[in-house]
Amino acid sequence: MDKTKRRDLIISFVLIACIFLIVAVLEQILPKTSMLFTVLKKGSIYALVAVSMNLLNGFTGLFSLGQAGFMLLGAYTYAVLTIPVKSRAAVYQYYDGGIIQFAVPVAVGILLAGVVAAFFAYLIGLPVLHLKSDYLAIATLGFAEIIRAIFQWDKLGGLTNGSNLLRRFPIFRSALFPFAVSGFCIAIIVLLINSTYGRAFKAIRDDEVAAEAMGINLAHHKRLAFTISSFFAGISGALLAMFQTTVQASQFKSAMTYEILLIVVIGGIGSITGSCISSFLFIACSEWWLRFLDNADTYIGGFHVPLLRPGFRKVVFSIVIMAIVLLYQRGIMGDKEFSIEGIRKWLSKKLRKKEAHA
Amino acid sequence: MSSTVLEMNDITMQFGGVVAVNSLTMHVDQGEIVSLIGPNGAGKTTAFNVITGVYAPTNGNVFFMGKKIVENHPVGKMKKLYAGTDNGKYTGHLEPTPDQITKLGIARTFQNIRLWKSQSVFDNVLIAKHLRRTSNVFTATFRLNAVEEKRQREETAELLNILGLYGVKDNNCTSLPYGLQRRLEIARALATEPTLLLLDEPAAGMNPQETIELTDFIGKIRDDFKLTVCMIEHHMDLVMNISDRIYVLNFGALISKGTPAEVQSDPAVIAAYLGEEKNA
Repeated sequence: MDKTKRRDLIISFVLIACIFLIVAVLEQILPKTSMLFTVLKKGSIYALVAVSMNLLNGFTGLFSLGQAGFMLLGAYTYAVLTIPVKSRAAVYQYYDGGIIQFAVPVAVGILLAGVVAAFFAYLIGLPVLHLKSDYLAIATLGFAEIIRAIFQWDKLGGLTNGSNLLRRFPIFRSALFPFAVSGFCIAIIVLLINSTYGRAFKAIRDDEVAAEAMGINLAHHKRLAFTISSFFAGISGALLAMFQTTVQASQFKSAMTYEILLIVVIGGIGSITGSCISSFLFIACSEWWLRFLDNADTYIGGFHVPLLRPGFRKVVFSIVIMAIVLLYQRGIMGDKEFSIEGIRKWLSKKLRKKEAHA
Repeated sequence: MSSTVLEMNDITMQFGGVVAVNSLTMHVDQGEIVSLIGPNGAGKTTAFNVITGVYAPTNGNVFFMGKKIVENHPVGKMKKLYAGTDNGKYTGHLEPTPDQITKLGIARTFQNIRLWKSQSVFDNVLIAKHLRRTSNVFTATFRLNAVEEKRQREETAELLNILGLYGVKDNNCTSLPYGLQRRLEIARALATEPTLLLLDEPAAGMNPQETIELTDFIGKIRDDFKLTVCMIEHHMDLVMNISDRIYVLNFGALISKGTPAEVQSDPAVIAAYLGEEKNA
C-alpha cells in the first residue's frame, strides 16, 4: 500500500517534470509570438487564482466573490514596490515620481503581494465571515469594488498613480516562470487541503453545526481559509501584472471574478486538478481556439461561411460553456482528482471488463 | 463517593415569550447513565443545546467537573419578558461557543444524523481528532506533524475497531445502514475524547432488535471509555433498562426525577407521559 503510494508520487513528479521540459522545448522551437505561450502563461496564472478560489468555495464552503479585489491588491503591491527607482519619475509623471523611492527584488515583491492581500483579507474577514452563502458573496464583491475605486482615487496618486498605468516593473519572458510559481503555490494548497486543517475545512463545508460541535473553531478556521486563499490570489495578481506588463485598477472588474468562478465551476467545485485543467481550456478557448470565428472572410472551397464576424467568437464561447454546464452538471471533474491511482483503477476496470467479455 | 460531572442550576431558556425550558435543575454523577425523557416539545434537546453552547440560556448556570462553563441572566428586552422566578440570583455572563465546550470534554450526537456526508467513515472520525491537535497550520501543511498525524490515524483505526466499524472504514458514511450511521456518530463523538457523552435520541428510527443492541452498546462504551452518559430517548424499554436515574420534562418544566422504578410509579409522569401512551 505504502509502496504503491510512493511510486505514484514519483510518477506524478516525473509527469510534472515532463510538462516543464515540454514547455521549455516548445519555447526553443516555436516562435516567441505563438498564441500557445499566451495561453500557457495566462492559463497558469488563472490556474493559481482558480485553485485559491476553490480552496474557499469548494473546500471550505465559503461563497466569496472577492478574488479580483485581492488580485488587484497583489498586482499593485508588486508593481508599486518593484518599479526601478530610475523609472519612477517617468511612471509617476503626474505625482512627482511617487512617494516610494526604493525598489525590492522580484521574489520579495511577489511574496509581499501575497502578504498584503492576506492582511486585507484578515481585516475584511473579521466582520464579514460570519455571513452565510449569498450574503458573504455580496459582502466580498462589495469589498472588491471598493478596493478598485479606492485605488483609482486621485489623492492616493503618489502611491497608486491614480487611474494611470503602472509600468516598467520587472516582467517575465518565459512561460516557465509563471508555471514554476503557480505550480509551487498550488502544491502548497494541495498539501494544506490534505492536512488536518484541510480536513477540518471540508467538515465545515459539509456540516457547520456538526463541525462546531466536534470542536472545530468556526471563526478561526474560516478566517484561516479566507486569508490563505487571498494570499495566493495576491500572488497570482502579481503574476498577472508581470504578464500584462502594465497594471491599472480598472482591469480588475467583477467580470474577472466571474471568469474565475466560471473556471472553478466548469473544472468541478472541490477539484484542484479540475480547476487547473479548466483554466487552461478556458483561456485557450477565449484567446486562441475560437479566434477563427471572428474572421468574416472565411471560405471553405468557394463557399463563404455565413455568420462569422468580429464578436461571433463570444457567442460560440458562451454556448460552449452552457453546453459544458448542462452536460457535466458537477463540472468536468466533479469533486474527484486526476491522479495516477485513479488512472490505474480505471485501466484495471477496463481490462477486467475486457476479460469478462472474452 | 462519586463526584458530580455535570450540574445545571435553574436553567431557563426563553425564545421571546416562549419558555422552552423552565428552571431546570439537574446533575449527572461520574459514571452514571442519566436519561432525559418527556413528550415531544418538552425542551429536552433545548436543554442539550444549552449545555453544549448552541444557545446561551436566558437564566441559570452550568457547571462541568466543578468548573462553571455557562452562566447568564436576563438583560435588556428579556428582562421584561422573563417568566422565571429566580431573577437576580445569577449575575455572570459566560457564553462559550460549542467548540470550546467540546474541548472541555463534552461530546454530543444529534437527533437527526449530522455526519460529514462527503467524507469516508474513517475521515469522519479522524476529523473529530482535529481539536486535540498540537500542530498549527504551518506545521500541518508542511508535514512537520507527521508523528501526531500517524498517532491520530492509529487511534482512529483503534476506535473503529472497538466499535465494529473498521470493516467499512473506507466507505462513504452515507452508504452505511441507519443503525451504523448512528454508531458512527457516537464513534465520532468519542474521538473528541470526552468525559461526558450527550446522546440525543440514539435509538430514533431503530427497530426493536437494533434497540436491544444499542442498549448493550451504550453500557459497553460507558465502561470501556470510563464515560458519563446523559441521553434523550423515547424508547421506554431502552430508558428503563439502562438508566441509573431519569429526569422527566413536560412543557419545559421538571415534573419528576429518580430511579426508573420511582419514575414509573410517579402519578405525575403517568398523567403527562405514560398515560398518553396508554390512550394512544
